[in-house]
Amino acid sequence: MSTPSYTTPRLLPLGDSAWTVEFAQHIDPAIHSRVMALEALVDEARRHDPVFAGIVDIVPTFRSLTVHYRPDTDPLGLGERLLALAGQAEASPLGGRHWLLPACFDPEFAPDLAVVAERHGTSPADVVQTLCQTAFRVYMIGFMPGFPYMGGLPASLHTPRLSSPRKCVPARSIAIAGEMCAVYPWQSPGGWNLLGQTPVDLFVAQDNPPALLASGDFVHWQAVDRGEYAEIERALACGDLHRQHFLHGGTA
Amino acid sequence: MNGWLDVIDGGLGNAIQDAGRYGYRHMGVAVSGFLDPVFAACANALVGNPDDAAAIEIRGLGPSLKVRQGPLRLALSGSISASILRHGGSTQELPAWHSATLETGDILKCGAVSGGTAYLAISGGIDLVPQLGSRATYQRAGIGGIDGRLLAAGDALPCHRLTRNEYREYRGEPWQHPSGPIRLLPGPQVDHFADGELARFLAATYCVTRDSDRMGMRLDGPALAHRSPAHADIVSDAVTPGTLQVPGNGLPILLLADCQTVGGYPKIATVIRADLPRLAQCRAGDSLRFTTVDLPQAREIQRQEATRLTRWQQGITTYLPAGYLDENALYTCNLIDGVVRAEPPIRD
Repeated sequence: MSTPSYTTPRLLPLGDSAWTVEFAQHIDPAIHSRVMALEALVDEARRHDPVFAGIVDIVPTFRSLTVHYRPDTDPLGLGERLLALAGQAEASPLGGRHWLLPACFDPEFAPDLAVVAERHGTSPADVVQTLCQTAFRVYMIGFMPGFPYMGGLPASLHTPRLSSPRKCVPARSIAIAGEMCAVYPWQSPGGWNLLGQTPVDLFVAQDNPPALLASGDFVHWQAVDRGEYAEIERALACGDLHRQHFLHGGTA
Repeated sequence: MNGWLDVIDGGLGNAIQDAGRYGYRHMGVAVSGFLDPVFAACANALVGNPDDAAAIEIRGLGPSLKVRQGPLRLALSGSISASILRHGGSTQELPAWHSATLETGDILKCGAVSGGTAYLAISGGIDLVPQLGSRATYQRAGIGGIDGRLLAAGDALPCHRLTRNEYREYRGEPWQHPSGPIRLLPGPQVDHFADGELARFLAATYCVTRDSDRMGMRLDGPALAHRSPAHADIVSDAVTPGTLQVPGNGLPILLLADCQTVGGYPKIATVIRADLPRLAQCRAGDSLRFTTVDLPQAREIQRQEATRLTRWQQGITTYLPAGYLDENALYTCNLIDGVVRAEPPIRD
């Protein structure tokens, strides 16, 4: 389904507890950039403007921003203001944070790597090289706490989901499906192709913030061997290393 | 916090909930919280708690609890009852919508919920340490409640004991949720459905299937046609409790408190907040019909329901529990006033 982005963003009710401001119906970095610009504007407005005071959650997605509000909010007043702000939300070249995250592509962590390579007529080493040369954009966090939907996978690696999902995907598995890359924060069922594993936890409830990644961030994979993987895992577990260590070059 | 309650049997499907966890949905963390905030508020009011104090949500066989440090006041709301085994050996029935005071050593044995969702509130609320701003149990991520899981034997629940046994209890009429069709607002993706499908949906009756949990309920009924097969998938965007998403097979899934924060199926409509508690009381096999309202109407319904709850709380009456009418009580309690309860009981 190919749909152009709207010249004017659309304001859609998600029941009587949220508004969704929709910029387009497809995936596009420029559209997501406008979503993040609106997120920043709404976040700023809620700090001082009483119309925005009832907002409880702001959820950026690929192509829209959803604003959940309390029952004591005037929904029509809030909707009107959101739409006005959306008109000002321009795509900006300023990105989010850049992460350089360790990834181990050892066959034990990458049960689908060989099949994916074969499917695309290349070698596992070339697939790994392509993954490590890509800047993945975090479009949104969802499906489960801390689960990042990341775009930017080169077309040469676009791969359909497994025809039969796995009952158990190990925690911190790096996976691809369609044009997306993701990491499973927890052990769970899943139908994506598993290409590796990171020793870094994606969601730690005791940390502030609990989710490692945020919408708008960029992830770069850095290949590590089994020994380095084990060492990083150990250092993170005992507190010698913090997850923020992998934040690269501060906020872009 | 100086009261303690020991779980001697966790029952089935019971967990600590409160008003829910807000401010973390952009990280993929569900709201969770009471499926039926109104029933929860009623049980809480009967023990003198604020509406959103943490309580036990009962979805199956209720738990059995023993008071380690009392006295504690407890109350049930919903289609459930319990029996109290006094440490002295006597037994009493505790019907829903009534409070009871339990002394140290007393045991409360809850029965099974005969469908829907019930609540057990405890004086002072269950005073566990909140996680990510809430005590609500979110099992999928192991957050909140007790290690993010269901109640189990051996758990200890901190709460507040009463300064003294008042020898009187509180009761209210069983709460009646609004009747008639479930009210919803069309959208956000009503335009992904073929012409006339919303009207067909509103004219039809849907059945609640067994495939239902805190994340959502699958409905059975006429399958809804998308505008084209391609319109059965969307680029994922946000959902919320009450959202009716319709996957390729055309059968709606009604999302509930533990639902994911985003989803890839088109959403034909979203149930208004005021009717979410009604969904919590549905049982497998129940029939549902739907009707649309607009935002100002939804807001008005919300206001009316809030007023009705306030009146219900003001209408709570006191009574003398059977078997507790002793001379001491007669001399120490004022039995005439306080018929309408306006303030919580005195605590330490």
